[in-house]
Amino acid sequence: MSIAVTQASGTLTAPATRGLVEIRGVSKSYAGHEVLHDVNLTVQPGEVVAILGPSGSGKSTLLRTINHLESVDRGWVTVDGELIGYEQRGDRLFELKEREILKRRTNVGVVFQNFNLFPHLTAAENIAVAPVALGRLGKSDARELALGLLAKVGLADKPDAYPRQLSGGQQQRVAIARALALQPKVLLFDEPTSALDPELVGEVLDVIRDLAKLGTTLIIVTHEIRFAREVADRIVFIDAGHVLEVGPPEQVFGSPKHPRTKEFLGRVL
Amino acid sequence: MTDTVKEHRSAAPTEDSSASRRDVNQVVNRNSPDFAALKVVHTRHVVRWIFGALVLFVVLQFLWSLATNDKYGWPIFATYFFAPAIIKGIQLTLALTVVSGTIGFVLGTLLALARLSKSPILNSVSWSFIWFFRSVPLLVQLLVWYNLGYLYPRLGLGVPFTDNYFWSFDTVTLVSQFAAAVLGLSLNQAAYSAEIIRGGILSVDQGQLEAAAALGLPRHVRVLRIILPQAARAILPNAFNEIIGLIKGTSIVSVIALGELFYVTQVIYNRNQQVIPLLLVSVVWYIIFTTVLSVAQFYVERHFARGALRVVPPTPIQAARGWVKTQWARLDEKPETPEAPTTRIGGNGS
Repeated sequence: MSIAVTQASGTLTAPATRGLVEIRGVSKSYAGHEVLHDVNLTVQPGEVVAILGPSGSGKSTLLRTINHLESVDRGWVTVDGELIGYEQRGDRLFELKEREILKRRTNVGVVFQNFNLFPHLTAAENIAVAPVALGRLGKSDARELALGLLAKVGLADKPDAYPRQLSGGQQQRVAIARALALQPKVLLFDEPTSALDPELVGEVLDVIRDLAKLGTTLIIVTHEIRFAREVADRIVFIDAGHVLEVGPPEQVFGSPKHPRTKEFLGRVL
Repeated sequence: MTDTVKEHRSAAPTEDSSASRRDVNQVVNRNSPDFAALKVVHTRHVVRWIFGALVLFVVLQFLWSLATNDKYGWPIFATYFFAPAIIKGIQLTLALTVVSGTIGFVLGTLLALARLSKSPILNSVSWSFIWFFRSVPLLVQLLVWYNLGYLYPRLGLGVPFTDNYFWSFDTVTLVSQFAAAVLGLSLNQAAYSAEIIRGGILSVDQGQLEAAAALGLPRHVRVLRIILPQAARAILPNAFNEIIGLIKGTSIVSVIALGELFYVTQVIYNRNQQVIPLLLVSVVWYIIFTTVLSVAQFYVERHFARGALRVVPPTPIQAARGWVKTQWARLDEKPETPEAPTTRIGGNGS
């Protein structure tokens, strides 16, 4: 099974030269409780970054700021130099209109923990709905794209199944195909395997592994430590809203610098 | 488990041949009988059948009285059932229902969306609308709309806060009887359906909104393609309640002398004193409308159940056929088990 983000025509379009994510000084509070504190992180185009940390450490919130599902209180996020949620004109930052936010969002695909497939649409319709709604493809082209993507995630025989008729692992693979349909520069995974039976985790990780080889920028929040070690170029460890450690897996897992990282890894490994 | 089988085997090795058709590797206690081979006799629901028969008796008694009590005046009922005046009244009733229902639900959807929007102004305007139209009795609303010309003799565009019009209309000609009825019914309907639709929208999982937003879907696509079809499942039962309520509720506009079904019926029985037969005429028509709507409701709900259920429920006809089939099949079950087969159960018995 291998993944290629293809148009209906079949050309490969995932150049490794795009998908640079910069996060600078991002802070975020909910009702006085700081969930993110001055977070700085640069993700290179085509890089695979795994974000680890205990529950409630702010990893999901950080992920969600990257496509503006969550606004930030301070700091900024850019994808390929484009600010998320704002636009610079002179020395001012203007809040973007919803239409612009939506347009920029299509550069960043999201795969959710609970899949969030649209239950009243079939697998193929779930994938085709966004390219059609955004006017990128006609209905039949979008259907063809959907069938192609379903084949890539190993579900060529399920285009007309409703999500509830699929297993968790199959649903998550449809969700990944749906995120790929817009050919995003960056893909965000928010604990993609946490809602799955242990048996089904593997099939989803296989798909992500293939994506990683392809050169799309991937940012993965996960609890699958072994998977992170295998697939990630860099590991980011977050605790209580602070980025405590960033580095290649060998270094973070082999010789963690921060005592908190040591403690966390000691418990989960 | 394994232990018992081992013991058993060593204790009675001669019986091995009788069990030879079973898989040798399977762990089977040969003392336990093969229940799968036995025939199932279903429980007889005696009390259920007795009460069913009692209820059936009461229903039949009532139907018999309907047919034989000549005070119901069925011949008169028959002469008026398709009378031109009644048919005209029906047309008006249906027109009022369709127009007010459509306006009511479209406006209700907008009110529900306004109520859920982030704008505090839209939000409070919507809240106030719903609050007001649910507070004032429909009867009063209808009378006020009908007599609007008394409050505002002319309606039009002009300099705000003055009586200088550039362009205006006589209120009485603008707001006819029919318009007054439609205004009253549809604004009232909008207030109620807004809350029903809002409830439906709230029942859709928050994750659906996030997923739709993350895909960059424009707002109208999110509402029309993602949210409302899912909300429909929660909205539909209440919405059909409202439409059925509305079709009968139109009879309230008889207070402004609009000739819909109920008003026509009243006019006729006031003239010929045949109250019961004429009331029956309108009742039977209302029953027909409600029946059609109820059947439509079933199929519309079934349509929107796709994706929400793994298997769509059978239609009533399918269900009834299935029920008769099971009951028929159970008829030849013997309630008392004959003694002979019991000996076959145990392994030791043979």
